[in-house]
Amino acid sequence: MTQETSLKRGGAFGAGAAGKNRIRMPASSRTFYVVCYAVVALMALLCLIPFVVMISASFTSEQYIRFHGFRILPAAFSTEAYRLIFHSPETIGRAYGVSILITAAGTAMGLLLTTMTAYVISRKDFKYRNGFSFFFYFTTLFNGGMVCTYIFYIQYLHLKDSLWALILPGLFNVFYLLMMRGFVAEIPKELIESAKIDGAGEYRIFAQIVLPLLKSGLATIGLFIALSYWNDWYNAMLYINTESKYPLQYMLYNLLQKTQALAQIASRAGITVANVPSNTLKMAMAVVATGPILLVYPFVQKYFVKGITIGAVKG
Amino acid sequence: MHLKNLTCELRKNRALFSMILPATVFTLIFAYLPMSGLVLAFKNYRFDRGVFGSDWNGLENFRYLFSSGTGWLITRNTVLYNLVNLITSQALAVLIAVFISEINAKVFKKITQSVIFLPYFISWVIVGTFVYALFNYETGLMNHLITGAGGGRVNFYAMPWVWPVIICCFNSWKWCGYNSVIYIAAIVGVDQEIYEAAYIDGATVSQRVRYVTLPCIRPMIVIMLLLQVGRILRGDFEMFYQIVGNNGQLFNATDVIDTYVFRSLLQNSNLGMTAAASFYQSALCFLIIMAVNAAVKKVDPDYALF
Repeated sequence: MTQETSLKRGGAFGAGAAGKNRIRMPASSRTFYVVCYAVVALMALLCLIPFVVMISASFTSEQYIRFHGFRILPAAFSTEAYRLIFHSPETIGRAYGVSILITAAGTAMGLLLTTMTAYVISRKDFKYRNGFSFFFYFTTLFNGGMVCTYIFYIQYLHLKDSLWALILPGLFNVFYLLMMRGFVAEIPKELIESAKIDGAGEYRIFAQIVLPLLKSGLATIGLFIALSYWNDWYNAMLYINTESKYPLQYMLYNLLQKTQALAQIASRAGITVANVPSNTLKMAMAVVATGPILLVYPFVQKYFVKGITIGAVKG
Repeated sequence: MHLKNLTCELRKNRALFSMILPATVFTLIFAYLPMSGLVLAFKNYRFDRGVFGSDWNGLENFRYLFSSGTGWLITRNTVLYNLVNLITSQALAVLIAVFISEINAKVFKKITQSVIFLPYFISWVIVGTFVYALFNYETGLMNHLITGAGGGRVNFYAMPWVWPVIICCFNSWKWCGYNSVIYIAAIVGVDQEIYEAAYIDGATVSQRVRYVTLPCIRPMIVIMLLLQVGRILRGDFEMFYQIVGNNGQLFNATDVIDTYVFRSLLQNSNLGMTAAASFYQSALCFLIIMAVNAAVKKVDPDYALF
């Protein structure tokens, strides 16, 4: 939508469109466009370069990094970091497994929960929907905070070192609930009414009419939830002690911490430690941790844009 | 009478009630129940007695938190960081949104938009990796550029004043894509007739932006600013923790309420004081959001939170 509209706008007002009726631009407009393109290109470069440095560093030999530092382009090509990682793939494989498991389970359960609730609170004939809305919304205004949640999970729910401690905190997010409500609101209520007239029960209406129409919304919210699970390291830091249960991001974080601690100890003692996980190893781990996201990103980007737009701009 | 209405309503809509039950129970257990732990802020916590067995000690925890200077330090840091981050990230997002909207080359536009949105998707752990790759003493890219230009190596991790700038930049960098999507959507929603009128009046592009686009999205900008102000006491924990880490030298300049609570929580020094900081944050945040919501209602009632 964005592209067509502003293309029309640009074409109509002669802002450099390559059309038949090319109107000459005043000089100030031309400078403006130069600035436009330059700034946007610069910003895009700034967003791209860290990734390029990360990927190229992961493919560089450790010696080179030690002497010349991180560069933008790979200089001394080597895959030693990756060989090191996949030499003992159990750690990484397990971390991947944990991440995939909690993402899949969390997204499935969370999506179902969110969609059902959004459906109910968007039904105008449900008398208590405002009450319930506020009930959910209040938790974003005021909550117990880190301390209360931590004590609650550890002492009262006994979820220390359990995978449930990774799934439960992010399961039901009010922000996504409100976003989903926006999606459900697009479904014409006449459909639901006519289904009711035909004698369908609520669950049947939900499953057979609402859900199929919500495909885009389900994809969007599902992706938001999946992303938050995939990137989560905070819950693992609080609750997980066993290394075999570390999700991917936390494992990466752990590795970085260990490296820095080791390097500090070694430098204070004045020795060079040969087996310290190298810079390139860190970068390779980061690439492995982010790889899936970067790969699916082009395909899912439009869903995120739609979700943010629906959630932010009303009317 | 009310009870009869309630049971009547329950029976009529029992399927809907049953649909909303799981989420309600979940919220009750995982959001409302832990709130009872807030009493810990007013107690002298003893590990063996648990939360509800410990003795009350009134406002002692709060007094200790502020008299030791920590309370003021973390409050000041949190508020200042949020203010600066808020202004810079929204300004950058508006700028990028306006520029992207004015661009006509379709492919360029699509590619740059995708790339700018990319940082939103990565976790702060990865960003922490970037920061390290940029600023560390031996191998950082910044030091490489500095020595290449003829200067001496700089130990950024020993210079606390540099980190607010770094944090601010990375915050804007990460959120630019997300925020600009919102502003682009707002710009697209502007009435085309106003643009036509401006064109007929002979406005150049920059005049058009200054006098039509920006004023039209002004309500959106104000709303976004106000909503962010409502979160002025909540620091972005992940960002601070990943960029700064546990580097004690930088705490004075970079410690916010969230990181302070987190550190004390895991080191278990004085749980009552930690809980006091957490309670103080939640309570003040609540009051500020209520005030901000009243303000937003005055600007544009549609956008008020409730």
